[in-house]
Amino acid sequence: MQIRSLAELNKLKQEASGQIMIRQHRETTETNKNILVCGGTGCLASDSDKVVKNLETILKARGLTEQVKVIRTGCFGFCEQGPIVKIEPDNVFYVRVGPKDAKDIIDEHIVKGNRVQRLLYEDPQTKEKVHTQEEMAFYKKQLRVALRNCGLINPEDIYEYIAVGGYEALGKALTQMSRNEVIDTVKKSGLRGRGGGGFPTGLKWEITSKQQEEEKFIICNADEGDPGAFMDRSILEGDPHSVIEAMAIGAYAIGADKGIVYIRAEYPLAISRLTTALQQARESGLLGQGIFGTSFNFDVKLKYGAGAFVCGEETALINSCEGKRGEPNYKPPYPAEEGYWGHPTCVNNVETFANIPVIMIRGAEWFASMGTEKSKGTKVFALAGKINNVGLVEVPMGITLREIIFDIGGGIPHGKKFKAVQTGGPSGGVITEENLDTPIDYDGLLALGTMMGSGRMIVMDEDDNMVNIAKFYLEFTMDEACGRCGPGRIGTKRLFEMLSKITSGKATMADLDAIKQLAYMVKDSSLCGLCQTAPNPVLSTMKHFWNEYLDFVKDVDHPQGEGKFVPKNKIGMKS
Amino acid sequence: MTKPQEIDVMKPDGREFPKEMYDELEAFIESLETTKGALIEILHKAQGIFGYISRDVQLFVARKLGIPGAEVYGVVSFYSYFTTKPSGKHTISVCMGTACFVRGAGKIVESFKEKLGIEANETTEDGLFTMKDVRCIGACGLAPVVMVDGKIYGRVKVEDIDDILNVYRKKEEQYADKIPSGAK
Repeated sequence: MQIRSLAELNKLKQEASGQIMIRQHRETTETNKNILVCGGTGCLASDSDKVVKNLETILKARGLTEQVKVIRTGCFGFCEQGPIVKIEPDNVFYVRVGPKDAKDIIDEHIVKGNRVQRLLYEDPQTKEKVHTQEEMAFYKKQLRVALRNCGLINPEDIYEYIAVGGYEALGKALTQMSRNEVIDTVKKSGLRGRGGGGFPTGLKWEITSKQQEEEKFIICNADEGDPGAFMDRSILEGDPHSVIEAMAIGAYAIGADKGIVYIRAEYPLAISRLTTALQQARESGLLGQGIFGTSFNFDVKLKYGAGAFVCGEETALINSCEGKRGEPNYKPPYPAEEGYWGHPTCVNNVETFANIPVIMIRGAEWFASMGTEKSKGTKVFALAGKINNVGLVEVPMGITLREIIFDIGGGIPHGKKFKAVQTGGPSGGVITEENLDTPIDYDGLLALGTMMGSGRMIVMDEDDNMVNIAKFYLEFTMDEACGRCGPGRIGTKRLFEMLSKITSGKATMADLDAIKQLAYMVKDSSLCGLCQTAPNPVLSTMKHFWNEYLDFVKDVDHPQGEGKFVPKNKIGMKS
Repeated sequence: MTKPQEIDVMKPDGREFPKEMYDELEAFIESLETTKGALIEILHKAQGIFGYISRDVQLFVARKLGIPGAEVYGVVSFYSYFTTKPSGKHTISVCMGTACFVRGAGKIVESFKEKLGIEANETTEDGLFTMKDVRCIGACGLAPVVMVDGKIYGRVKVEDIDDILNVYRKKEEQYADKIPSGAK
């Protein structure tokens, strides 16, 4: 059915809200139960689709299909313990559920009302069984804003999104707010780009809106190329409508009527859910001509990436959208002035977009009340590596790394010692024990010689060699450097070769010196952000773990364990 | 990734494809509203039809769009998703994302290389396996991860590798047994 006004949307919301109220533990007349099963890529990899199938088969056999609904949701974030199954309204959280556990969940829990003890999460510290999500250490310090609907609604059903207030923000913006008011709200909220750069989103919208051109574009950057980052994918898989709604709001604000989602071809599930969502939005009149009975027209097209990390850079992304090699351009002109086919174009990241609808509904002040002075709101981090609770976490800005790693992440497995955490992916650096209590925000991380990046955190323990880690990252940027500029193309390759020389034990002190020089050269003279930040892993590990570099160098008499070194020869002289 | 892939633009690649495949690609190109900016989309389709984008297919696309073959090759070689060589029957992708790397994916890759006698992006002589290293398939909770034709093996140890390979080798043997001896 076509939705033509806010009143019609509200009516639909009322009709659809019954099921959702069960899950939100609000008072409801419904006596039914919902079984939520995580349908994110991580849980699907451990057979969550078979869990769904078995649950449905058994429900059918017991004649319970009317009262009990099985819903495949987006990612709950607790990937280490997947597949996750949650029973509502009982608010019981089961972990590592296998296809064979379906029988007990239904016969014991649903029918008899007994909790299946073996599937409950066991707190590693207290060894006690934890029943609800709220009691788990992993969730206690989290604040889910961008991920608000992941693990709550069925991403393939637009009515569930409408039931949680979906498309209200768009309706409000189109019918009650001027373009400038929308931009002002986003500006006041203090939202900054979540893709890595941290550019103020409202300002970007304002610049694009001021361009005097008939045709403008809004692009969603879903080319999540940073290995180990999967927050954008989880949002697209778990809550695709929020991104579509936000793109429409942005398009209205900047004066565009066409949108593009540039998405990795390697994300088949996200593509399929997004395609479904777009189709449903069109059928409901939330995309297309005259949205909400106004004169605003908007539609979204998908463009597929083909595996190039550099395409996360906005000018490279635009080139790739135009079917060309994804090489970046010199800026200025910025895409806001001259972007897709020369038209003013606004490029925002998936997570940035996911924040927009809530900001419009709950207000800029609410959003700005979270976070630090210059970084507002929350940030999603993908926690991985040598950490107990691998997964996706969303926390308010300003939280410390110690809280994320030890409280939420549950610390380091096998009783090993924490060594460092790498943030910002191939563009970032390492943070060691001494800086773990720094509040996390864009500027705080930059001051530590690393960056927010897309929000990936890799934790390393005492067994990891930092020179190897730096080499690993350099190999990545060397492969991914597009070849457009000399420092990026040649510099990263030489850096990688020099690091290989070090790890093979053939390097001298002169090589260490040369690496440093070259690293600064690449940093200062590369064309785009990818290679400007490529030397960061090297410089940062050199700063914090200089001794590990020295361990590899042959002309240094390095007394193990004392942390001091006595060079045999002067720096720069070969032995 | 922008690794140069070996391709000789002067020599045909020695494999002929049925005309129907080209017809399908042609029909797709003609169904597009505009071919402006559609090259990557067309190449995705081509790889879907042919399995890989050979020299002939690249030239076919170039002629169809009225652009130089070099431009098509420039795009094909730029993106790691496109391949110019046929793949083996099964594709083994070892995740080399950072999460998998710190949990020992390096050793897994080395072990696969040793057991199969090939490097990354190569195919075994019997045409059974192609090995690729991929950057993160997003199952970091299961690191290190190996994916064979879409099936994901999590928390893989070096000792598991023979078992994984044997699953596919056995399938092959069973298949070979089922063919009547006369047809072999």
